[in-house]
Amino acid sequence: MKLRIWREALAQIHAHGEQAYPEEGAGFLLGMDGEEKTVTNVLALPNVREDGARHNRYLIAPEDYLQAELEAERLGLSLIGVFHSHPDHPNQPSEFDREWAQPHFSYVITSVEKGKARGSRSWLLKEDRSQFEEEKIEIL
Amino acid sequence: MIMSILKIPTPLRSYTNGRAEVSVNGGTVASALSSLIEQYPALKPHLFNEQGELRPFVNLFLGEHNVKDLQGLDTPLSEDDRLILIPSIAGG
Repeated sequence: MKLRIWREALAQIHAHGEQAYPEEGAGFLLGMDGEEKTVTNVLALPNVREDGARHNRYLIAPEDYLQAELEAERLGLSLIGVFHSHPDHPNQPSEFDREWAQPHFSYVITSVEKGKARGSRSWLLKEDRSQFEEEKIEIL
Repeated sequence: MIMSILKIPTPLRSYTNGRAEVSVNGGTVASALSSLIEQYPALKPHLFNEQGELRPFVNLFLGEHNVKDLQGLDTPLSEDDRLILIPSIAGG
């Protein structure tokens, strides 16, 4: 399993994580789906969790989800996953991430330490929903 | 027989042979979901938990209204209603 991602798209993910710090930032990965998934665009969206929860939780509003599907369609791309940041925590999925995960979506998690993005890893939910498996990121 | 349209979000379309819209039958949201699962059984674990309850990230909109604000799974459907399945995208 591999997730290919354009360098500029990854830079935008890191920049969004730093801007959102010390809260979690999130958005969608847009690109080409198929045997090999390639992220070409990202769509950063507001974290609509309530005040006091955004440092360790994120939520994208249903209307923003619909807008993201329309935007992907407009660009001739697919929604292929979600990105979010973990402020001052490792870039591994939490149990909460697993419970709320969608199948077939790539979940790119960026660790942001003291306001600086320190790296991203990508995760895919197993079909039986029991755990995530890592997919290697290839930067294009 | 009341037939409605159920719009499927991108991550679940691999279970509906790539279809973005599925025709479902039933007079309520609950029966529309049953009809969906009957046609595409592999979807079930991603919509319902082990206790048979709808997973918390599953939202169903009838027009602009979340059915949670109507009559929930008992919300009645009319012929040609469009029901939209939208996952809550969330995590921690």
